[in-house]
Amino acid sequence: MNQPVLSADTVSYQYGGDAALDEVSLELVSGTFTALLGPNGAGKTTLISLICHLIETRQGSIRICGHDVRTAPIPALQQIGIVFQQPTLDLDLSVHQNLHYFAALRGMPRNKATRQINIEIERLEIGDIVNKTVRQLNGGHRRRVEIARALLHEPALLLLDEPTVGLDIPTRQQFVAYAHSLARERDVCVLWASHLIDEVDPGNDNLLILHQGKLCANGPADKVMREHSCDRLTDVYIKLTGERGS
Amino acid sequence: MNAWWRCLSGVILRENLRFFHQKGRFFGTLVRPLVWLLVFAAGFRAALGVSIIPPYETYITYEVYILPGLVGMVQLFNGMQNSLSIVYDTEMGSMRILLTSPLPRWWLLVSKLLAGVSVSFFQVYAFLGFAYLFGIEMPPMGYLSTIPALLLNGLMLGSLGLLLSSKIRQLENFAGVMNFVVFPLFFISSALYPLWKMRESSEFLYYLCAFNPFTHGVEMIRFALYSHFNATGVGWVLLATVVFLTLALRGYRPERGLSRKRGE
Repeated sequence: MNQPVLSADTVSYQYGGDAALDEVSLELVSGTFTALLGPNGAGKTTLISLICHLIETRQGSIRICGHDVRTAPIPALQQIGIVFQQPTLDLDLSVHQNLHYFAALRGMPRNKATRQINIEIERLEIGDIVNKTVRQLNGGHRRRVEIARALLHEPALLLLDEPTVGLDIPTRQQFVAYAHSLARERDVCVLWASHLIDEVDPGNDNLLILHQGKLCANGPADKVMREHSCDRLTDVYIKLTGERGS
Repeated sequence: MNAWWRCLSGVILRENLRFFHQKGRFFGTLVRPLVWLLVFAAGFRAALGVSIIPPYETYITYEVYILPGLVGMVQLFNGMQNSLSIVYDTEMGSMRILLTSPLPRWWLLVSKLLAGVSVSFFQVYAFLGFAYLFGIEMPPMGYLSTIPALLLNGLMLGSLGLLLSSKIRQLENFAGVMNFVVFPLFFISSALYPLWKMRESSEFLYYLCAFNPFTHGVEMIRFALYSHFNATGVGWVLLATVVFLTLALRGYRPERGLSRKRGE
């Protein structure tokens, strides 16, 4: 078994007295695609915010490639690439300027940043829009730029928090396929938070289902379906959360 | 250390690019002090006599007197604008990109502050340039010797803005801050009238002005424009910067933006 890229051990979190996560434990390894499903308010965004140290882990521990996020956030954050649910690009800056800004935040030397930016631009086929301002781009292109940005520093762990919200169906499918290819071909550990069940490949993906802050499914999707005697992921989801997935 | 420097220069470049893309903001920052200088000061010139006080060695016009106060005003509004942008960025999400950078959080916030100060430099020198064109000139060396004072004053006001942004939960609350922080800081200071003049009318207001760190920022700039070092001003501003910055760094909580958006 590979050393886990991401491991969480009995992580809990409250907003005031309101429990957002309740003793969540998980382990993810490199080269895997893990779908984190759950209805709105289940705790997905809170879990991602704890992993990327936006909020402090108060109970339990989270480790990225062996580095504790709370006690050693700097080496832990070096391993993470993130696409947040909300757009986080500067609308008035060009794609190029946005990517160089991010590279600077990561402390990347200019030459290396330029090289990596060119590589990601080519991979994501966004060469024709690099000099446009983000304001001029459609939603699909903006998301591509955000993925390119998240991959600039070649992270071991890629976090995507509902990245397909607001995208049309063909663009959404392209995104899902691209994220799967990152796990398969570049050995990235991908954690994909969503409430859209059709984005999961039941034959290959790992599955985490969060409901009311508790992790109620954790393992290969096909195994989870067998454990719950269901033929479809939708049925597992409804069974565990009581909600109808999309 | 190189990574720290690259991060700082990246944040400074980004803030300046944003500033120069927002042409309305650039002209807005110029119009406010110019109106004060060319309209308000012209009107009050006859009413307010200014005696010879350091660093001035001769009688000066009222426009010359309020010039450092208006420079301070430019930096004050810039500091508040910066804090508004931090509140906005925290709510809208782009602060998250900054805060998930693998560098200490205090450095990321200080970088954001210094970037705001660098923007204020452009605003201040554009304003001083226009003032020069309208005949309100400073000694040539003063334009250079005031740079450290601008840096320090900008840091103090930026730290105050950061402190406020750490206390403001919603963007909508920001108008109140302008009324309860910006205007008292500016009016209860030596920006518009010398302290001795204030003392003549009210001892209480005089002490309020003397306690106001913005007064000391303005005096520090006033002396620096004549290549003089104002130790009291520098001391006060340094102290206020340390206090504001420490409280701001301790109080900054990005999860506030998250807790408002629960339900995701």
